[in-house]
Amino acid sequence: MDLYEYQAKELFGAHGVPVLPGCVVTTSEQARAAAAELGDAVVVKAQVKAGGRGKAGGVRLASTPEDAQRAAAAILGMDIKGHTVQCVLVTPACEIVEEYYLSFLLDRTQRTFLAMASVQGGMDIEEVAATAPDALAKVPVDPRFGVDATKAAEIVAAAAFPAEVAQAAADTVVKLWDVFVAEDATLVEVNPLVRDAQGSIVALDGKVTLDDNAGFRHPDHAALIDLAGQDPLEAAAKARNLNYVKLLNGQVGIIGNGAGLVMSTLDVVAAAGRAYGGIRPANFLDIGGGASAQVMADGLEIVLGDPDVLSVFVNVFGGITTCDQVATGIVQALDILSDAAAKPLVVRLDGNNVAEGRRILARAGHPLVTMVDTMDAAADKAAELAAVTFVKGA
Amino acid sequence: MAILLTKDSRIIVQGMTGAEGRRHTQRMLRAGSQVVGGVTPGKGGQVVDFDGFSLPVFDTVAESITATGADVSVVFVPPRFAKAAVLEAIDAGIGLIVVITEGIPVHDSAAFCAHAGATGLAAPGVRTRIVGPNCPGVISPGASNAGIIPADITGPGRIGLVSKSGTLTYQMMYELRDIGFSTCVGIGGDPVIGTTHIDALQAFEQDPDTAAIVMIGEIGGDAEERAAEYIKAHITKPVIGYIAGFTAPEGKTMGHAGAIVSGSSGTAAAKKEALEAVGVRVGTTPSDTADLMREIMKSLP
Repeated sequence: MDLYEYQAKELFGAHGVPVLPGCVVTTSEQARAAAAELGDAVVVKAQVKAGGRGKAGGVRLASTPEDAQRAAAAILGMDIKGHTVQCVLVTPACEIVEEYYLSFLLDRTQRTFLAMASVQGGMDIEEVAATAPDALAKVPVDPRFGVDATKAAEIVAAAAFPAEVAQAAADTVVKLWDVFVAEDATLVEVNPLVRDAQGSIVALDGKVTLDDNAGFRHPDHAALIDLAGQDPLEAAAKARNLNYVKLLNGQVGIIGNGAGLVMSTLDVVAAAGRAYGGIRPANFLDIGGGASAQVMADGLEIVLGDPDVLSVFVNVFGGITTCDQVATGIVQALDILSDAAAKPLVVRLDGNNVAEGRRILARAGHPLVTMVDTMDAAADKAAELAAVTFVKGA
Repeated sequence: MAILLTKDSRIIVQGMTGAEGRRHTQRMLRAGSQVVGGVTPGKGGQVVDFDGFSLPVFDTVAESITATGADVSVVFVPPRFAKAAVLEAIDAGIGLIVVITEGIPVHDSAAFCAHAGATGLAAPGVRTRIVGPNCPGVISPGASNAGIIPADITGPGRIGLVSKSGTLTYQMMYELRDIGFSTCVGIGGDPVIGTTHIDALQAFEQDPDTAAIVMIGEIGGDAEERAAEYIKAHITKPVIGYIAGFTAPEGKTMGHAGAIVSGSSGTAAAKKEALEAVGVRVGTTPSDTADLMREIMKSLP
């Protein structure tokens, strides 16, 4: 889960990383009030989970509360890389003397963690890495030993931070590592970390990605989930514990078991759909290993409830799951859904107990269900059925 | 022969007394694996009956090794306790740990991989081989099965298979059931895993029973790109590839915790390109991939 800047900075603050106060608001009037309360000049910052906010005009300086109101009015509702700005952060303006960069992240390749630091902060760090790789220090961190004062000093020295801020920067590195470990993050990034006119080190921005698998250790993280920003179908699926991702511009609903097989199913449908004028998969839905009838019913209800979906492809390879359970699930699900199930279903079953699975579906003889033996042929059939409706509808 | 797992492998199951552990121990036994016991702290001394077998339960992995000579552990321990279980198995000196558990926090996986000597930071030479986490395990058909891969899909043969995905592994085994497999390794879909494509490729290259290799990858990370470089430099046996996730949108996790395209990195297209650049043919669908492999097997002596 990616956090908003204001959420990231709240976590920073809780772990002693120096941040400025701030107020998150959703209307321009509230922005004015927040600016008046903070006094002096403020910065109004769009809260979206995307980079390049500054360039897009989503970060504005305001010298008076009226200015702040105008800035917020301009930013709220703005589209930044496909994200609509729903709220802004109002925070004191900071007199920046120098800008640095600090992060901890997961290094998948080395199966360990990596500290990155640079004195060329404030700009796109991927650009720094590409144009001036020597300016970006990368220091591996052994997960068993972590980052203590000595390691932090090594990181700060590797990036050649100025001597007068080295100690304060190293202190911040240790606290940032504390955020990374204590919150089970896979990324904490500060860009820029600044030296202000008073010589203090401050984290002016923050980016944090939390590990969804660690939720059991962090009941408090549930409050960070952005319910309003969620796709309604994804939210409904999540509420039923389904592993679902909505895809744009698709017509074929997909249900399968196992993440790899479902990803593969999307690809095969997209490839087959080219012959039908660009029919595409409408979602990813992995019903997992032990797919019961209820899980299948829940899954079908979500997928059939998507107005974009014109046909559904159920693609199951019975490994642990048996095909007869899946078939029973489909039949029961269609019973439960009754008239709500009004779109054609293409079902491909293989593997564990496939003969019985196919028999159950054949016996039920549901008018909406077509059985196809192979994955490629089934994808083609599902695309064809979607295309028929797509053309009619158009 | 085969890789990682042979008919002589002696397997213990950490978490055997839980529902999943019990169910899959039964399946492993039916597949002919030598499962020799289980480990559940606090339940040492108990005996669990499977049809035809009574397996002892031990409090610790060390005790189970002393009593049974176990050299492989399969871990079904829930995420909350998985790190401690894997660390214990490493310290007990077991050679291979297959971590089936899904949903282990990545900080925990990074810690036990580091402890096993499997990180870039450690000296070369892995002390304990970890497969997974979040994987279906390893099967050498007809010899042994450590994990949850169904044993009845296919029999022994000369293809080696390495894959990030469970069901795609099953699908590919099914597609090529007429030829059979030396070993199938499900390396898992998490961002941090103990055994990579490269590790499996290296083992298959050295295995006299493996004639050709199928490598299945998916979006996220750069393991497939690095495997391509490795194939170019070190692999003489034919390799066929398949990559899942061409239609995955950027920034969304597709089921597996590690399956995510970040910015322009981790895309399926880049992985396919990297493999093709070193002469590995990449199938468009699982069936097409199987056809490519069948063609190769026909051409081999």
